[in-house]
Amino acid sequence: MTVLTQADAGPGHAGELAPARQGTFGRYVLSRCLGALGSLAFMLVVSFFLFRVMPGDPAKTLGRGRFSTPEQLEEFNKAYGLDQPLPQQFVTFLKNTLTGDFGISLRYRVPVSDLILDRMWPTILLVGLSTIFATVIGVWLGIRGAWNRGGKFDNFSTGTSLTLYAMPEWWLGLLLIAAFAVGFGPIPGYFPTGGLHSIDVDPNSVAGWFDTARHLTLPVVTLTLAYLADYALIMRSSLLDELGEDYLTTARAKGLRDVQVRNRHAVRNALLPTTTLVALNIGFVVSGAITIETVFSIPGLGLLATEALSVPDYWVLQGTFLVASAGVILANLVANLLYGLLDPRVRT
Amino acid sequence: MTTSTTVPAQISARALARRRRREAWRRGWATFRQHRSGMIGLGILFVFVGVALLAPVIAPSEGLSVTRATGGVLEAPSGEFWLGTDDKGRSVLTLLIWGSRISLFVGLAATLLSMVLGTLIGLMSGYFSGWTGAILFRLTEWFLVIPFLPLAIVMATTLGRSLINIVIVIGVTSWPGTALLIRAQTLTIRERPYIERAKVLGAGSGHQMRRHILPNVMPMVFANTTLTVAIAILTETTLSFLGLGDPTRVSWGSMLDAAFGVGAITTGSWWFIVPPGVCVVLVVLSFTLVGQALEEVLNPRLGARR
Repeated sequence: MTVLTQADAGPGHAGELAPARQGTFGRYVLSRCLGALGSLAFMLVVSFFLFRVMPGDPAKTLGRGRFSTPEQLEEFNKAYGLDQPLPQQFVTFLKNTLTGDFGISLRYRVPVSDLILDRMWPTILLVGLSTIFATVIGVWLGIRGAWNRGGKFDNFSTGTSLTLYAMPEWWLGLLLIAAFAVGFGPIPGYFPTGGLHSIDVDPNSVAGWFDTARHLTLPVVTLTLAYLADYALIMRSSLLDELGEDYLTTARAKGLRDVQVRNRHAVRNALLPTTTLVALNIGFVVSGAITIETVFSIPGLGLLATEALSVPDYWVLQGTFLVASAGVILANLVANLLYGLLDPRVRT
Repeated sequence: MTTSTTVPAQISARALARRRRREAWRRGWATFRQHRSGMIGLGILFVFVGVALLAPVIAPSEGLSVTRATGGVLEAPSGEFWLGTDDKGRSVLTLLIWGSRISLFVGLAATLLSMVLGTLIGLMSGYFSGWTGAILFRLTEWFLVIPFLPLAIVMATTLGRSLINIVIVIGVTSWPGTALLIRAQTLTIRERPYIERAKVLGAGSGHQMRRHILPNVMPMVFANTTLTVAIAILTETTLSFLGLGDPTRVSWGSMLDAAFGVGAITTGSWWFIVPPGVCVVLVVLSFTLVGQALEEVLNPRLGARR
C-alpha cells in the first residue's frame, strides 16, 4: 500500500532536486546514481544500528536465553565479533557485507549468502509472473474504466480494485486455499495446498514443469489480484488526468477515431506513472512475497525470512533485509532513469 | 474614543473569522454528504467504533479467558455461538468484538505518530531552503526506500512484542509519504505574498510555520490521515498474522494467525477465517472511501478524477 504514495511521489520529487539548473540527461543519470549510492550507505548504517545497537545486548536478545553460562555468552560474543568496540564492529560489518559475506545461519549452519542465492529463484518466479499478469490486466482495466468513466464497467472495476486494495493479500490466499486446494462444498480441491513440487515428480522433466505450474497457480493468482488493484487505480487516475488535455481535442479535430485517440495519444502519456509503479514494485519482491510464501509454504526469500523469525536467525534476517533494501533502491533507480528517459520534463 | 472603536472592531473581526470557518465546515459537510461511498464508509466506521467502545457491555471480558471457555473446539455457528468457537472453545464473535479495539487503537495511534512526524519533517524540509531542508529531504527519501514489511519485522523482533512497539514500528515506517506531501504543499505556500508580509512584519520562522503555513496544509494532513489509518490497520493485521503482535491481546490478525496455526483451513472451519478478514476489509475500505471523499471536498480540482 505504501507503493501508491511512492509512485505519486517518485516523479514529482525527482524534479525538485535541482530546481534552477538546466541539466542534460547525463547529469540526471549521475545525480540519480549518486542518490542511490547514498541510500545504500544509509541502509547499511540502519542495518548495523538495527542488528547491533538496538537489541542492547545482542548475545542475550539474539540467543533468547539459549546461553546459560557466562562462558557460553563470551564464546558467542567472540564468534560474532561482538566483544569488539562498536566502531570496529562497524568496519568489520562494512567489509564483510561489501564482499558478500552476510554471516553464517544459526539454524542451517551454512553461509547466509548461499541460502539467499538458493532461495531467490522461487521468489523471482512467483513475483515475476504475478507482476506480468497484474500489469497487463490492471492496465487494461484502468484504461477501460477511465475511458467510460462512471459507467457500469468502471464502477464495477473500481469497486473491485478498492476492495482488493483493502484486503490483506495473505487472507485472500487463505480463502483461495480453502476453496480450491482443500475444497469447499461443491468445489473440488484440485490444487495443492502448498510447496513448489510434489515429492514423487522429477522437477526437471516436462511432467515436473506442469507440477510446478499447478503448485504456483494459486499463489500467482493471489499476488496478481493483490497487485492488480494498484495498477488499475493508478492507470485509471493518470488516464483521467490526460483526458482533459488540449492535445486530445486536437487529435479528435484531426478526425482520428476514438480508439486511435485513446491508444496513440492518451494511453501513451498515461502509461508513465504505471511504468514507474511496475519498476518500483519489482523492488518490493521480498516484501510482497513474505506473507504469500508463508501461507503457501513456497521455499523462497520471504519464507526464509519468516522462518528466521522463530529461531530467531539474526544473520538470515539481516541478509534478507539487506537484499530487500538493495532491491528497492536498485528498482527505484531504474524507475527514475526510465522516467527520465520517457519524460524529458523531469530531467532537471 | 480610539479604544471604543478598535475593541468592537477586533471582536467583530474575530466573530467574522469564526463565522467564516463555520460556514466553510458547513459547506464541506454538504459536499461530503453528496459522496455516497464516503457516507457509506462513515456509517460503517461509526458501527465499528461503537462496537469497540461498547465491547465490555456487549461481550463480557470473561469470554476472552481460555480457562473459562464454555464451547467445544472449533464448533460450527449455532444459536449459542453465532459465529462458532475457536480452537480453545471461545466464542469467535466475542474475540471479533474485542479485536476491533486493538485494530482501531493501533491504527489510530500509529497514524497519529506518523502524522506528527510527517507533518513536522515535511513542514521543516519545505520551509528551510538551506542545509536543514536538504538534509531533512534526503532523510525522507531514504526512509521512503526502506522496504516496509522487512523493516517492520526486524524492528518488531529487536524491540520485542507489545502493543506500543507495534505502534512505534508502524508510525516510524509510514511517515515519509506524508512528509513528501506536506513538503510539496509547503513549498508552494512559502512563496505566497502573505508569508512575505508576515516576514516583513517581523514574524520568526517558528511563528510563520505555526500560524501561517500549518493552517494551510492541515486539510491535506487531515485527508491523508484517513488513508494512513487504513494502511496502519492492514500492517497491524499482517504483523500479528506473522506472530509479531502483542501475545497477550486478541486482534483480528492474531485470530487469523491462530486459525492458520491450528489448520482451520484443512478442517473447513470457515467461521474462524472469514469473519476477521471481512472485518479488516470493511474497516480498511471504509477509511479509504472516507479519505477519498475528504480529498475531493478539500481539493475540488481532484473532482474530475473519480
